[in-house]
Amino acid sequence: MSTRIVVEGLTKRFGSFEAVTDVTFTAPAGAITALLGPSGSGKSTVLRMIAGLEEPTAGRIVMGDEELTVKSVQERRVGFVFQHYALFRHMTVADNVGFGLRVRKEDKAVREARVRELLELVHLEPFADRYPAQLSGGQRQRVALARALAPAPKVLLLDEPFGALDAKVRQDLRRWLDELHRELGVTSVLVTHDQEEALELANQIVVMHEGRVEQVGSPGEIYDQPVTPFVAGFVGAANVLNGEVIGGHVHLGSIRIPGAAHLDEGAAAAAFVRPHDVRVASGDGDVSAVVERVASLGWLSRVSLRLPGGETLVAHVPNDELHGVGEGDAIRVDLRNPKAFLAPHETSAREEITSPA
Amino acid sequence: MDGAAQTLGGRGGLRSSQRTTAALRHLALRGAAVVYLGLLVALPVVAVVTKGFGDGFVTFREAMATPAAWAAIRLTLWTSTVAAALNAVMGTLLAWVLVRYRFPGRRLLSTVVDLPLAIPTLVTGVMILALYGPNSLFGRFLDDLGVRVLFTPIAIVIALCTVTLPLVVRNVQPVLQELDKAEEEAAATLGAGPRTTFRRVVFPAIRSAVVAGTLLTFSRCLGEIGSVILVAGNIPKKTLTAPVFIFQLTSQFKPAEAAAVATLLFAISFVLVLATTRLIARNEASA
Repeated sequence: MSTRIVVEGLTKRFGSFEAVTDVTFTAPAGAITALLGPSGSGKSTVLRMIAGLEEPTAGRIVMGDEELTVKSVQERRVGFVFQHYALFRHMTVADNVGFGLRVRKEDKAVREARVRELLELVHLEPFADRYPAQLSGGQRQRVALARALAPAPKVLLLDEPFGALDAKVRQDLRRWLDELHRELGVTSVLVTHDQEEALELANQIVVMHEGRVEQVGSPGEIYDQPVTPFVAGFVGAANVLNGEVIGGHVHLGSIRIPGAAHLDEGAAAAAFVRPHDVRVASGDGDVSAVVERVASLGWLSRVSLRLPGGETLVAHVPNDELHGVGEGDAIRVDLRNPKAFLAPHETSAREEITSPA
Repeated sequence: MDGAAQTLGGRGGLRSSQRTTAALRHLALRGAAVVYLGLLVALPVVAVVTKGFGDGFVTFREAMATPAAWAAIRLTLWTSTVAAALNAVMGTLLAWVLVRYRFPGRRLLSTVVDLPLAIPTLVTGVMILALYGPNSLFGRFLDDLGVRVLFTPIAIVIALCTVTLPLVVRNVQPVLQELDKAEEEAAATLGAGPRTTFRRVVFPAIRSAVVAGTLLTFSRCLGEIGSVILVAGNIPKKTLTAPVFIFQLTSQFKPAEAAAVATLLFAISFVLVLATTRLIARNEASA
């Protein structure tokens, strides 16, 4: 049932614009692979090329031992779920789900049984005779999923499937998709710009940026061992501290941050520190800082700090580790697990938290 | 507490007087609309129908007894049907091209589509005369092939198609524009080829608009006179259409006969307008 997908040197040019450059990765059989990146990073284009909706300028796609690149969309037998559902609006839910079987001239009895089976799977049996316009966004996306799964595709491709839904529905649907995938085990590729979604759902993440692959790895690897400053900044929240490499440390004024031994002496470097890796020190900490603001996020607090050199630093501290720290206090903090990279070329390096945890 | 109650009471009073003015305004507006419609549409209809059936069915039957009358109505019906069918297909195709393709000259083409509505239909007639006339290269070329266009039903159909060209296009175009391309892509990923996709996904979505546009085209064709009168030759029982026939009857001081033919045309148009509005309403309800 499950098949792996190998993408090799995939490139797509639209006129003079190169949307995707030399993308290579393998989506393991039966797993969910997330293509994660900001909008315009080319991730959707990669997915559309796998589906055959876009023709690659160069490179190849292999599904199992089948060369897909030369096949038409219709022959590829992939299930595709669109961000805006793309349900056939003049067909009932049942007809939508049965469309793929009908087109493939499946027997009517077989078709009806399969439609029933899928509607049951997505918990929408009572809605079989409704039209898409009569359903909520979450329900529509479940219909879209059932429709994509009905012809038993070898792979399931999801293009920002929760992008058009509000936060609560998104959460529910995400959990539900996770369960569904465990049950079906169909090889899936999920395009998303939401790192949380990727971390939660995917077995493997391909981080994309400006048409290129930045890193391929498990969610743990991507989060804990980012190999590029982009990944460090995009996946999970991070403070960026820019300084100079001296003796294997990143120096900013009096502050020394370890972990730059792999960088050249004197190079401009950026140290990435996750907000939860900024700890309020009980004794002598690495860095002295002034507390500018403490905001409660429920069980933890978001502490904004200013360093002696004027840089800002955000710490996420569990409330029971705050030890009564208040605004205006001069404290010392430890910076755990810093990751040092050569300073990115863009000057727009994220000083701010990229996303609250 | 007292003050609050007073303010509330005061505001309530203000509101009720506002409500009266609003009610009056609505009444006046509705009245104006009804009177205007009555003067322009309802009264003339009543007048023509009474005239047509002036002495019961006798006038009507007598008027329709002239062979030219039935022939004119038959000719109008079949040329209108052919023109509507042609424009249904070509208009949908044009709309598709205008919506789905980006090419140099697209905007110009879009303007050209509207042209027949902007120019007087008599002018359209003159243009057709000029193009297919014996003095034009094209007309002579067709003549050499043995094809006669002018003063035949072919000229009538050409005139009708030209005059009503924008109707289907402009009905279908907005619906096509709203069509999500992802629906077609979804159909493709599910195994549907271009033809199946058009038949099962695209066409059902635009069907109402195509039908509505076609009905509108047909009823517009039924009444077209300006262009037809110039190119048809108006030979009784051959190329004399109902509107031109009515025109001739009135100029021959036969108002009763004119009214009878007009009543029949009106009845056909009326049924069509009803069908069109029904379709449009249903279309909007399902969208």
